[in-house]
Amino acid sequence: MVQTLKTHYDVIVIGAGPGGLAAAIEAKKNGADDVLMIDRDLELGGILLQCIHNGFGVETFKEDLPGPSYAQRFINEAQTVGIDYLLDTIVLDVTPERKVYTTGARTGFKELTAKAIVLSMGCRERTRAQIRIPGPRPAGVFTAGTAQRWVNVEGYMPGSRFVILGSGDIGMIMARRLTFEGAKVERVLEVMPYLSGLSRNYVQCLLDFDITLQLQHTVKRIIGKERVEAIEAVAVDDKWQFIPGTEEVIPCDTLLLSVGLIPENELSKKAGVNLDPVTAGPIVDDGFLTSVPGIFAAGNVVHVYDLVDWVTQAGRTAGKRAAMYATGCCNLEPMYVPTKAGDNVRYVVPHRLDPEILTQDSIMLQMRVTRPLEQPVTVQVTDGDTLIARKVERYARPGEMVSLTLKGKDYEAVRKAKELRVSVVPK
Amino acid sequence: MPIIEKMICITCPMGCTLEVTREGETLLSVEGNTCKRGPEYIKRELTDPRRMVASTVRVRGGIHPLVPVYTAAPVPKPRIFELLVQLREIELEAPVVMNQVVLEDVFGEGIKVITSRDMPRQGD
Ligand SMILES: Cc1cc2nc3c(=O)[nH]c(=O)nc-3n(C[C@H](O)[C@H](O)[C@H](O)COP(=O)(O)OP(=O)(O)OC[C@H]3O[C@@H](n4cnc5c(N)ncnc54)[C@H](O)[C@@H]3O)c2cc1C
Ligand code: SF4
Repeated sequence: MVQTLKTHYDVIVIGAGPGGLAAAIEAKKNGADDVLMIDRDLELGGILLQCIHNGFGVETFKEDLPGPSYAQRFINEAQTVGIDYLLDTIVLDVTPERKVYTTGARTGFKELTAKAIVLSMGCRERTRAQIRIPGPRPAGVFTAGTAQRWVNVEGYMPGSRFVILGSGDIGMIMARRLTFEGAKVERVLEVMPYLSGLSRNYVQCLLDFDITLQLQHTVKRIIGKERVEAIEAVAVDDKWQFIPGTEEVIPCDTLLLSVGLIPENELSKKAGVNLDPVTAGPIVDDGFLTSVPGIFAAGNVVHVYDLVDWVTQAGRTAGKRAAMYATGCCNLEPMYVPTKAGDNVRYVVPHRLDPEILTQDSIMLQMRVTRPLEQPVTVQVTDGDTLIARKVERYARPGEMVSLTLKGKDYEAVRKAKELRVSVVPK
Repeated sequence: MPIIEKMICITCPMGCTLEVTREGETLLSVEGNTCKRGPEYIKRELTDPRRMVASTVRVRGGIHPLVPVYTAAPVPKPRIFELLVQLREIELEAPVVMNQVVLEDVFGEGIKVITSRDMPRQGD
């Protein structure tokens, strides 16, 4: 908690999920004395608190932990190293001059300033409006994450017979969770010809409980006046067009939407941060510095991660660089080399990097592929005809982040490069 | 007659698709694994499939009405619903700390069910 709220901080971290927690801890450890975390929730930990299933921390702790345990370790550490935090407090506005406007039940409206800011507001879920399902608007249509919070934190069931639209991890995990709580999950529908979440979740959340997944299927219509009574499912072709004659009415009282996450960047826009139209997150460098000096971004606010361990790692990098910025010991005018999405790559983060970093540290390039390749693939970084780095993976799927780490040995080649073109191609 | 089938290893997020050749429960070969845990998983999956289970139990006086819990080790898959019934009968009193034991000995196998976070008392 905050003993006495100051008006000026070295580093202010907005959002106290795993990205923000890691950033705050690392900023403190790297010489930022006054670090403040702000979150609108009543507790630290972010979305992890509702992710009660296992699968977190295999990279960070070499242990398979539930989301709340993963968060608890960082919450405990943040308290041990003495980071101030404000809860139940929403950040309303951030300016390019690093003024932060907040309002909260305890403190009222406040204007704070910081030498450096880390944006770590996470992501939000796509809703019905964004995927345009026609039909009436009866009760019983929720996002999977909202249902997850109700079932796992607040203790109530949103329905008893479910159809889930979207095969993302949250949707599949909720299918199992609702089954555990006595509900019937009638169907999971996925518009794409492949699974959008991890294949292990298909096995342990759907197959294990005989829940049927239909690929290339979607919801054509919602039926029901006051409450959902059924949905009409339909098969789609490769262009997402309904295939006439394949309609099926599935009785249910609740439709859950698990149709993707979008980085939460309303504040970033207010701060004047440039966004990448593909990721919907800020354009960042290797230290997660945005286009606005002193404003960093970490975690799902930058691009949607599938493993929390990488969120933590991004938070650590951003926190360290924010501390360096705040204490005046970083290079303010690096000679950036841009990265570029090449063959079968949808986007690459970071968008640009400072080659000099490679003399002290490695830089992880994170990317998502466009098409699934179920065969060994080469992940490569090239500049024109010059091969700078490469590695081999067993496969590449759009649902799973691919990474490649540039190291000290790549320094000379990166420094000379005009751009770093990243491709993921069959081996 | 040996059967060849594709199975997905769920041991880590990589989720390798493995080609399994078996005769009944006897494993003949596994291909496509990235690490040695793949064949180990298949061996167990064919004879004694197990899963980690995460759920919630009721808590009185906490800042939330539930506290999340999980099994400290995987439990037999066919008995998951039996375990869930046992968990539904438990009610804790806040404050609760992380790793607090909720069930000592699931199915007499020595596996514990523990809490996955602290649950402070409301108002503290
Ligand atoms: C519903 C849902 C379920 C998920 N399930 C999984 C899963 O099972 N496994 C997995 O690996 N990943 C999961 N994810 C992805 C997960 O978000 C990341 O792994 C990780 O939690 C991201 O961390 P973060 O710190 O970037 O964001 P978050 O954990 O989302 O934290 C962001 C924080 O910012 C706060 N915030 C936002 N805006 C403001 C503001 N204006 N003022 C103050 N505070 C603000 C929020 O309250 C929140 O606490 C899930 C995501 C969602 C949305
Ligand atoms: S074989 Fe190894 S790498 Fe592949 S999913 Fe299993 S544990 Fe993971």
